[in-house]
Amino acid sequence: MSKLMNRAVASFWLGAVALVPMQALAAEGHGPEIERQRWSFGGFRGQFDTAQLQRGFQVYEKVCSNCHGLSRIYFRNLVQGGGPQFPEASVKALAASWPNKITDGPNDEGNMFERPAGLPDPILGPYKNEKQARANQNGAYPPDLSLIVKARTVERNPSWWTHPFLMLGDIFSSYQEGGADYLYGLLTGYSDPPEGVTVADGMSYNKAFAGHQLAMPQPLQDDSVEYQDGTPKTLDNYARDVTAFLAWAADPSLDQRKRIGWQVMLYLLVTTVLLYLGKKRVWSSIKH
Amino acid sequence: MGGHTSTYVPTSRWGKWFDERLPIARMMHGQFVDFPTPRNLNYLWTFGGILTFCLVAQIITGVVLAMHYQPSASGAFNSIEHIRRDVNFGWLIRNMHAVGASMFFVACYVHIFRGLYYGSYKAPREVLWILGVIILLVMMATACMGYTLPWGQMTFWCVTVITNLCSALDTIWQGLGTAIVEWLWGGYAVSGVTLNRFFSLHYLLPFVLCGVVALHIWALHVAGQNNPTGLDIKQPSDSVPMHPYATSKDIVGLFAFLLLFAWFVFFLPDYLGHADNYNEANPLVTPPHIVPEWYFLPFYAILRAFTGSFLGIPLGSLAKLMGVLAMFGAILILAFVPWLDTSRVRSTKYRPIYKWFFWLFAFTCLALGYLGSKPAEGVYVTWAQIFTTYYFLHFLVVMPVVGLIETPTKLPRSISEAVLGKSKGGTAPSGAAPAAAE
Repeated sequence: MSKLMNRAVASFWLGAVALVPMQALAAEGHGPEIERQRWSFGGFRGQFDTAQLQRGFQVYEKVCSNCHGLSRIYFRNLVQGGGPQFPEASVKALAASWPNKITDGPNDEGNMFERPAGLPDPILGPYKNEKQARANQNGAYPPDLSLIVKARTVERNPSWWTHPFLMLGDIFSSYQEGGADYLYGLLTGYSDPPEGVTVADGMSYNKAFAGHQLAMPQPLQDDSVEYQDGTPKTLDNYARDVTAFLAWAADPSLDQRKRIGWQVMLYLLVTTVLLYLGKKRVWSSIKH
Repeated sequence: MGGHTSTYVPTSRWGKWFDERLPIARMMHGQFVDFPTPRNLNYLWTFGGILTFCLVAQIITGVVLAMHYQPSASGAFNSIEHIRRDVNFGWLIRNMHAVGASMFFVACYVHIFRGLYYGSYKAPREVLWILGVIILLVMMATACMGYTLPWGQMTFWCVTVITNLCSALDTIWQGLGTAIVEWLWGGYAVSGVTLNRFFSLHYLLPFVLCGVVALHIWALHVAGQNNPTGLDIKQPSDSVPMHPYATSKDIVGLFAFLLLFAWFVFFLPDYLGHADNYNEANPLVTPPHIVPEWYFLPFYAILRAFTGSFLGIPLGSLAKLMGVLAMFGAILILAFVPWLDTSRVRSTKYRPIYKWFFWLFAFTCLALGYLGSKPAEGVYVTWAQIFTTYYFLHFLVVMPVVGLIETPTKLPRSISEAVLGKSKGGTAPSGAAPAAAE
């Protein structure tokens, strides 16, 4: 709907300013084209889909975790409401078998030691630090994914006259899913380089990535992960599910935030109306 | 406080006993209950109360955040994630504080433009106005230092850019600017030391702000409020007691404002920030373009408008210094507005020529805000230079000249006449007093 509104108002402005020699501002280099996706958690009413988060975690576990950590998420978070809500027993078993052990200590002899993870421990990636990661990854650093969805966004360069309306459209529709759109675009954006483009050794071509050359080889293909619930094993589903899971990892309070948000809005709206009626009554005998 | 005498009568023996020793209830009653307020105030006058609310809300949420926050280079970013994820309702407090800063500036800018439109800076309210400019400056300093605290990529580089501005003073006196910058940083680069001192000052300045706000309200209650007609209160029928009249309106305005506030807190908490701020500060990686928070964008555009040449005038090595001076000048010039405006009438409602320039100025500020968010290159710089020029021309030329040559439209004889005349079938000038007609 906001798109429609934007177009209507924008076309009005287009006509109005056609005479102003400012069009130069509009002719601007566009970044990589990233399409908007529909997310169950998008907009002002969206909530996470538990089944999708569970599938997304599975993709993270089977594929992403080979290189990337998720250190701001603790195994206990996987049990909590608003998240994937796996049964506690299975998360305990998962933590105990997680390949990347927790360094603990010092013990009574003064030595650090490794132990299996438990519910209160973070979900660690395979590398102890950035140096080790780069040494193992051809000099590239696979970032921790806990905040990746919030730390990325879609660059948009609207012309100056559509800018305010696009902004208002985003505010009214409460569009906050730029990071998710970008990540989905990136995971599905691999292809052979177009003609005339050469990709450096060890790099992959990706249409969503700025500069189009990415050190991460295509991580997901059709059939890379076995789904338990019969969801089709397609790249599209993997990308969507893992993006949703990482969106939750970046913002675990989203469900609660929006639920409380509506209660607060309702309270404020009713109170504002009551206060306004009260004010009208107070002023009723006074011309102003 | 002001010239108004309180009609407070203690109702209990204890109240009488206390009133003879510390007449604070008498003062509050006189200033905030039966204080005469113009009967024709519109909803734009509710922003003073809204701003007071914003200040108090920022202090309360800030104090709670400080209980969980660690002001160190290694701990800052992690502690904010800890607040978002593990502190009970930490996400809410943090959103309220971050969004609250933006809402504070929204209300502040509405308040300032209200003052500019209705001539609230004119005699006898010059000191009241200048105190307002000081509040704006302290607010900006507080916001700037507060923005350092999340220790994300954008905040880190913003602080680097903003503090580096002082080095422009090297053009005046070799070494002066560098010395100031190093003194601010507590070293040779922005580091945990800088973060530490900014945290300390960020906690201090809001209380300074409270002090200046108290003076601002004091000065307001000496002169009394301005109103959409810009006329003084001349007779009892021009005013109503503050309570319940102005207060009942203020609280409607406040709650309507809270609707907007809550919308951002709950549904768009990151809309006003930058994605890059969810990457921890890294002195070795510079973001592609560094943009301050939205409320600084017009001033940022003015700063960057001074490149090698300004509208064809070569600036050479003076460019940086001029940019810095223009940016601070753009705020400080507000303090001189009471004397730059030569008009005989206060309210723009009765100024047929100036009205157009006012809206042109408002557009200029929005345009500068837009340009501030764009990279400083090509046609953006040219337009930033054009709008920067108008920004200053508005104060230095338009205000004094239009005031002298313009014939104001006929003023009502009093507030009462304006109000009662209007209700007899006359219509309010369109656009002059939004939300006033009821």
